[in-house]
Amino acid sequence: MTLWPLLGIVMVIAGFALRLNPLLVVVCSALATGLLAGLEPLAVVAALGKAFNDNRYISVTWIILPLIGLLERHGLQQRAQSLVRTLRGASLGRLLVAYLAFRQITSALGMKDIGGHAQTVRPLVAPMAEAAAAQTHGDLSAEQREQIRAMAAATDNVGLFFGEDIFFAIASILLIQGVFESAGHALTPLQLSLWAVPSALCAFAIHGSRLLRFDRRLGRGGTGGGQ
Amino acid sequence: MITYAALYTLAGLVFGTWALLSLRGGRWANAAFWGLLATSFLAGDHMSDLANGALVLGLVALAASGRLRRSTPATTGPAERQDLSERLGNRLFLPALIVPLTAVCGTLAYTYTPLGRTGLLEARHETLILFGIGVVVALATTLAWLRPPPVAAAEEGGRLLDSIGWAAIMPQMLAALGAVFALAGIGPLIGGLAGSVIPPGSVLLTVVVYGLGMALFTMVMGNAFAAFPVMAAAIGIPVLVEQYGGHAAVIGAGGMLAGFCGTLLTPMAANYNIVPAALLELRDPHGVIRQQAGTALPLWVCTVAIIYVGAFVL
Repeated sequence: MTLWPLLGIVMVIAGFALRLNPLLVVVCSALATGLLAGLEPLAVVAALGKAFNDNRYISVTWIILPLIGLLERHGLQQRAQSLVRTLRGASLGRLLVAYLAFRQITSALGMKDIGGHAQTVRPLVAPMAEAAAAQTHGDLSAEQREQIRAMAAATDNVGLFFGEDIFFAIASILLIQGVFESAGHALTPLQLSLWAVPSALCAFAIHGSRLLRFDRRLGRGGTGGGQ
Repeated sequence: MITYAALYTLAGLVFGTWALLSLRGGRWANAAFWGLLATSFLAGDHMSDLANGALVLGLVALAASGRLRRSTPATTGPAERQDLSERLGNRLFLPALIVPLTAVCGTLAYTYTPLGRTGLLEARHETLILFGIGVVVALATTLAWLRPPPVAAAEEGGRLLDSIGWAAIMPQMLAALGAVFALAGIGPLIGGLAGSVIPPGSVLLTVVVYGLGMALFTMVMGNAFAAFPVMAAAIGIPVLVEQYGGHAAVIGAGGMLAGFCGTLLTPMAANYNIVPAALLELRDPHGVIRQQAGTALPLWVCTVAIIYVGAFVL
């Protein structure tokens, strides 16, 4: 058996590493893989066309955009921000744990764009986290402030990644379904999203306990001296 | 019976509307791109495979040309949105909740009650069809409640879609890549290679290699989506599912999540890890990754353990 078709995989990795247009990388890799496996050029294009057509259900999910857009027009993001604002007054650790839960739950319900670095972290979560830490631990060094802001951003990422996969109509779930189906293994989106739940719980436990420890450590190592 | 064909017609009409809006705004490349996608949804089943392939090449050429633009339709300003959000309150979340509720409750009702025997929905595809129904119901509710200008829904959706751009079809294209890999026999090829490297019968070791491959490829490519078809064709499907008889849903979901742990560790995922560092004015561009590492590593271990236990022990 020849190993040449594996060059297609190498092309994907190299193309992404070189920051070429990802769609172009993927299609070139598909064409190369087909050719190297001994298919005729036109047969490869046809195979790609059939595969694209068979997987249309993945892109169907964009029909939700008019709904989300309309709600944003009427202040959905502002509403999410005022919900986050109600966390004011909590300690740093509790504030970020609550935001982690908020981000995971809303992402799991398909509202992944009401949070985010531009939408909630920079305007709200990061400044609130800094204020909460200053309240508990007194003056903070510049380095500690940076760590707190970075931790706020990290909390948003962890909440999003390990929440969104519970929503069954998210692209990653449908991509898994598509790849398995084309290899002859039928799966349902609900099965896949159910199996994302254990990792989501682990993410909450691991990151949540780190947040509380981070808060305590700031108190002990507080270089700024109290009030 | 409601099938995917009905859902595709709906999606085709939505993408077609966005193509027309782009045309009206003079964004030719956007109009052509969304127009081609609308054609795929409306007519893909009536076109030859070769014609569909040509359509794919057209989409990629437009994306690679770099001519797709954002749109800036008339919308409400920040102050107006603040007022509206205070007036409408938490009820604003309700329409968005209709969609998952319809799909999850509908699927459960359809699976566990006599409703399923009516054959109203296409078998195994009921969740996504119910998702489509949920979107239509939620949109109708929102329109009746908020009474925006008639074209607003399409324009607001178009605004979001144009900000996503060609990346909107990336997951679909990656699934197509996975299918071509399957056709080219990549699975058995790697399965053979893996078999010669990993001691035969060592399920745990194979799971670790699968999870490690997902995380490392994701770190190199900056994208778990791109890594997934590769690792699924390489180890996930041929070895873990077919050779060792593992539970396919666990291997699929767990593999993707192992990749997400990699996303937390790589500067290649700039949107998540580098852009926020700039946005938050951190002096260290890798400051966010540093804070994430302590979560990503134990979480990866947990995810690999979940794959092993869920797929082979339970």
